[in-house]
Parts: sequence; structure tokens; C-alpha cells
Amino acid sequence: MAGPSPWATHLSHAGPCSLAALRTAWLRYPNLLRRYLFSTDHKVIGLQYAFTSLFFLLVGFSLAVLIRWQQAYAGQPLPLLTLLVGEVNAPGGIMLPEFYNQLGAMHGTIMVFLGVVPLAVGAFGNYLVPLQIGAPDMAFPRLNLASYWFYAAGGVVMLASFFVPGGAAMSGWTSYPPLADFAPQGQTWWLAGMLLLVLSSLLGAVNFITTIVQLRAPGMTWFRLPFFVWTQLITSFLLLLAFPALQAAAILQGMDRLAGTSFFLPSGLMVGGQAVDVAGGGSALLWQHLFWFLAHPEVYVLVLPAMGIVAEIIANNSRKPVFGYRLMVYSIFVLGFLSFTVWAHHMYLTGMGTTISAIFQATTMIISIPSVIVLSALVLSLHGGSIRFNTPMLFALAFLPMFGIGGLTGLPLGLAATDIPLHDTNYVVGHFHYLVAPGTIFALFAGIYHWFPKITGRMMNETLGRLHFAGSLVTMNLIFFPMLMQGMAGVNRRLWDGGAIYQHAEPVLYLNVPMAHAAFGLALVQVFFIVNLFMSLKGGRRVTANPWEATTLEWAAPTPPRAHGNFDELPRVYRGPYEYSVPGMDVDFLPQHVPDAKAGA
Amino acid sequence: MSDAAVHTGAHGHAHHPALQHHFDTMQQQKEAGVLGMWLFLLTEILFFGGLFMAYTLYRIWYYDAFVAGSLELDLFWGTLNTAVLIGSSLTMALAVRAAQTSNRNLTMAMIIATMVLGTVFLGVKVIEYEHKFAVGLIPGPGFVWHGNEALGRNVQLFFSLYFTMTGLHALHMIIGLGIMTVILWMTWKGRFDAEYYAPVEMTGLYWHFVDIVWIYLFPLLYLVERHN
Repeated sequence: MAGPSPWATHLSHAGPCSLAALRTAWLRYPNLLRRYLFSTDHKVIGLQYAFTSLFFLLVGFSLAVLIRWQQAYAGQPLPLLTLLVGEVNAPGGIMLPEFYNQLGAMHGTIMVFLGVVPLAVGAFGNYLVPLQIGAPDMAFPRLNLASYWFYAAGGVVMLASFFVPGGAAMSGWTSYPPLADFAPQGQTWWLAGMLLLVLSSLLGAVNFITTIVQLRAPGMTWFRLPFFVWTQLITSFLLLLAFPALQAAAILQGMDRLAGTSFFLPSGLMVGGQAVDVAGGGSALLWQHLFWFLAHPEVYVLVLPAMGIVAEIIANNSRKPVFGYRLMVYSIFVLGFLSFTVWAHHMYLTGMGTTISAIFQATTMIISIPSVIVLSALVLSLHGGSIRFNTPMLFALAFLPMFGIGGLTGLPLGLAATDIPLHDTNYVVGHFHYLVAPGTIFALFAGIYHWFPKITGRMMNETLGRLHFAGSLVTMNLIFFPMLMQGMAGVNRRLWDGGAIYQHAEPVLYLNVPMAHAAFGLALVQVFFIVNLFMSLKGGRRVTANPWEATTLEWAAPTPPRAHGNFDELPRVYRGPYEYSVPGMDVDFLPQHVPDAKAGA
Repeated sequence: MSDAAVHTGAHGHAHHPALQHHFDTMQQQKEAGVLGMWLFLLTEILFFGGLFMAYTLYRIWYYDAFVAGSLELDLFWGTLNTAVLIGSSLTMALAVRAAQTSNRNLTMAMIIATMVLGTVFLGVKVIEYEHKFAVGLIPGPGFVWHGNEALGRNVQLFFSLYFTMTGLHALHMIIGLGIMTVILWMTWKGRFDAEYYAPVEMTGLYWHFVDIVWIYLFPLLYLVERHN
């Protein structure tokens, strides 16, 4: 952007004004604010996380729709675009490459750090973990509140970075130096935002682990924990151990950008044909190692809670215990541990050397074993069940093959020989989007449909839910499958014109148009969800405390669970989490908190 | 209201005023706090671990420059600060002990002593930083190096690490002093007794951690090759 943006001045005024407004509001409506904005109740914080992260999912998705439009119609004017993103970013309706790069970097950042992780951990974890272990709250309620507000602040910083001179971060979501060291100041905002988001995640992780260790209800032994709680526990350990590395790396990159150090700048660096006046001597690879030490466990942070949600929903809707519960728990332990040993499989192209590559190829192949065990166990859980095909179950069922495609397409990327031609192509994009979009995000949708009645006492509309499901499944596949094809043809993933300047991209470029249309379709289909969500809050069918006839403790609490305390009387646990279809019983479920076998009847 | 229900429903007797509603006993509350603190310190270890990773890489690559850079640091101030910080850990430990025995005045005295020693450490750091500024050993375009020409560039990297690592360490100390101010006030208000002194203990854990980081920083930065 040329000159100080009008937003910058607007924002600087907004600070003190809104603070004063907040203070007035605090004095006038202390109860409302304490109840909805600054509550220490884990359920309120969970819902704050849920709404904020859903908002960011929408923002991140909108950026992706712009990317798809640009790929399909590069260089064609779209007058609406100027209206949406401003004359500086799209003069005459034609998107500038600089802005396109911002879209790519910020889509990734927003989706991962502000959308999926906060929804999976901050929202689902916060709301459900204390309920499922039979606790009145999280161990550190004020820390929980702080964690949310650090997250919100990180989100504000990230969004604000679009309005600073030069725009938001544009060096990819991985922020590789030296490029990122020389990017406009949006990159510094990105680093600051990441520090806040990492801090938020760390505080959250400390809280989850302590809560699960200390606050389980009497009788809730480790192997009576619902699988979802296990996934949250392992996820917390991943957050706890992986995220600090990025804090350190972000500070080093910030020093490079602001204090004239050369941590990530090698000697003899040329930018635009000019030698750069820096001391040099640093290593750009160091950033990659520190970044991926965070970002690979991060992948499992995205995946594990999704597995947890899917396991709960499959057990409940197939009216069967999950297959191999202990094996699944052991598997995710192994998964968590190994996820710290595979990070350099993102770096085969950097010339680390064949020995290092060989080690990371081996660990990468090994880590696929526990993932396959969990997925197989979930599939086997269906065998012989009497399955209820409701909306949450449909999303959970679709998770299985979609996650499977994502996992299988990952194998060629884990081996150096096949990774080298595929690296940085659309194949990689297709691969991880299969894992995260129809994988994790489907699981999150499933979770929303499944636990909505517990939170509100009302059902979400089944017809709208099915439309949302079918539409999302079809359009997502139409977007991501062609990416795999384009990638195998060698189309690079970061090109403003979608690859038009490369001859080898020619045969697969036409796919960009149907992909764009599918993306618009996906956007339209989400309207079903948004309408359903808000309509059902007021008008959904009223239900009792346990409409799904489930066994875990959250369904033993009143609907909605009590503010500050959850349960009418703290439960005592008598059995494992998935006692469905127990032979000789009158009903097909036996809740964890019901004392003797007959009482469930 | 649910608070009251939980409190009187689960137990008939009165509670320690510091017991939060979601814990059954003071013991459980303390264990949760200690576990949380150790987990937090784990993240801190990994945070400094990232920085030590960078240090290790560049020290292996540019050992000669690290020796030259290290010799520019003032061993007297470094050693003094190490002694000061170890002393502050002792007074902090005594503060925790005093809180355990409900000795309010001694707790306050020991916290104040710790804060004084912490401030001395930061003051020495200011003297050292000021000297580096004066002689131009600040990374960036204004860096001045009169030693071996060939090493200059990489000596700059040493000083980049020196300022980043000691700077972040000092930031942790400043945060620690802030926390101690609060703890001092709470002690003065008589919030702690033999049953409830967890905040003092947590502060102690944090302070000892910051101390230990320095125990590593001191030899890695000041003593790269001082044996001759």
C-alpha cells in the first residue's frame, strides 16, 4: 500500500476508544460481560473459541475462494474484486501478484492456527474434556480465559496485518527466510501474531494436561477415559513440546528483520541482482528445522482431535464399543512420540544429505503404522453394528475414506525419491487438504452436529445437515482431486497465473476452471450450515439430556450443563466409555455413571 | 450458587479461603498447580532449546569467531552476576521455607532480598550492554570489529546470539520481579500460611528455572576458551 493506510489511523483511534467503551460497558452491564466475555467457565470459553474459530474458518476459506478464482481466471478483471480488497490490491479488478502471495500465506496461517486448531482443541477440548472426565471445570479457569484472549489478540494482529503498508505476510505459511527476512512489514506482524497464538496454545496445553491428570471423577481410571479425552491429552503434549520451537524461531527471525542480525541470512546474498548489506554467515536451513519441528507435530494436532471426535460418534451411532480401544490408545501414544522424529521429511529438497534423508524416510514410514491402526480400528468398529445414518454419522463416515486418501497420497511424499519431483507442486496441496478439509474439518462438523443438542437442548435440522454434508463432500473432492492430477503433471503450487507460463502445465490447466466452480459451490453449500446453526439455536426440536442415548459423562450432565460446576451432583464412574449393546440388557447402552447394570434399563 | 452446592454438598466442614470450588482439597489444588508449573517450565526449556540449537550450530561452524567474541565479554561482571543469581536462588528458597512455616516477616524479607539481588543482576547487565554499545559490538550495519578481519562477520553472529539469549533471559527476570512484587503484596496482606503457600512455591520454581538458564548461558557465552 502506498502511504499510510486509512485503516492504520482508524485502528490507532480504535484502541483507546474501544477500551473506554469497554469500561463503560463493564460498569453498566457487569454481569453480562462477566458471563459472556470474561467468564472463567470452561463452557463459555469453549463457545467463545467455537464462534471465533468458525469466523476465522470463514475468513480463511474466503481467501481460498479468491485463490481458486485467480487460478482459473488469472489476469481477467473482476470489478467486484476491487470493491472487496481495494484498489491497491486489485487495480481495475485484476489481482496483483503481491496480493495473491498474501492470500496463499494467510489462507494457510488462518486456517491452521486461527481456525482448525482453536476449534478442535480450544472449542471442543474446552467444552467436552471437563464434562467427559466428570470435572466441574478446568484446573486453571483464569489461565483458560487468558488463553482465549491471547488467541483473540493473535487473530486481531493477523487480520490487522492486511491493512499495514505492503499488506500481510506473503512468504508462504512457512515463512522461509531469506525471503521472509526481506518481506514487507506484514511479516513482522505475522511473527508477533504467531507469538501470541503460540502462547495461547501453550497455556491451553498446560491446562488440559493438568485437568486430565488431576480432575477425573472418582472411578474414572485411565482406561475408562473416552478416546476423545486421550486424543486431547496427546494433542496437548504435542502443543506443549513442539510450539516453543517456533517461539524461538520467530524471535530470531524478528531480530533479523528489526535488529540487523543474520541468523537466517547466508553470506553473499543477492536480492534482485544486488548484494545485500548484511553480515551474513547465518543458515536459512536452521529456520526450516525449527519451523518443521513445530509444524510436523502440528499436523497431528490437526488430526488427533478429529480421530477422537469420529471415534465417539462412530461408537455412539453404530451402537457398538469401538474396536480395539486400548490398541487405539497405544497407537496414538506412538503417533505422538514419533511425530517429533519426522520433521525433516519436509526438507528432502534442501540437500541435507542422503544419510539424514534415509533416517527421516524410515521414521516417516514407521509413523504411518499407528495412523493405519487407528483408521482400521474405526472402520472395524462399524462391522456388525446397527448403524444410524444421521448427519454427524455421515460426516464421521466420510472422514474415514477421505482421511485414507490423504494418508495414502502422503506416502510418496515421505520418500525422497518420489518427493523430489512432487515437492512444492499442487500434489502436496491436494494431499494435505484431503487430510485437513474432508478429513479434520468433516470431523469438526460431525462434532458440531453431534454435541449441539447437549449445548443448546435442541437438535440441528437434519435435512439441512444432509444437504450440507452431500454438497461439501462432492465439491471438496472436485477441488482437491484435480490438485493431485495437476501436481503429478508438475504444476507448482505457488503460481499467480496457475502455471500458464509453463508448457508442461498446459494439459492440466483446464482443471482450474471446474475447481473454481466447485469452490464457489462449496461456499454456497456452507450457507446450509450457517442457516442451520443459527436457526436451530432458537427453532430446533427440543430434546432431553441424552438424545443420542450415549454412554459418556457429558450426557449425564443437565442440558445445557450447569454454569460453574456442570453436574447437578458430581458423577462417579463404574465402567468403560463404550458399553453399547451389552448382551442381556433391556436397552442398548449402559452409561458410565449408572451404578448397577439393571439401572440402565 | 452452584459453588455453594458443590462446597456444602460434598463436604460438611468449612474450607480454606484459598480453595477454589473445583478442587476437593488443598492438597489436590497444590498438586495441580505444581504439575501445571512444571509443564510450563517444560515449554520454557524447549523455548530456550531452540535458541541453544542455533547457538550449537553456529558455534560448531564458527568456533574461532566464538572464541574471539567470547574474549570480548567481561569475565568479572559475568562471574559476579553468576554469584548474585545463585545467591538470589538461595534467598528465594528461604522465602519458600519461611512461607511454609508461616513466618510472614521472614518471607517478606527473603522476597525483598531476592528482588534486590535480581535488580543487581539486571544493573550489571546494563553496565555490560552499555559497554558493548560504546565499543560498537552491536550487530547490524554499525558493527565495529578491530580484531582478525576474517572473523568479523561471524563474531557479529556471536554477538547476535549473546544479545538475543541474555536479552530474553533478562526479560524473564523482569517478569519474575513483577511476579515477586505481587507475591510480596500478597504476603504482606497475610494471604499465605502453612496450608496455602503455593504461589510462593511457584514463584520459586520459576525463579530457579531462570537461574538455571543463566548457569548454562554463562559458560557458553563467557567461557568458550578461557582455560589458557
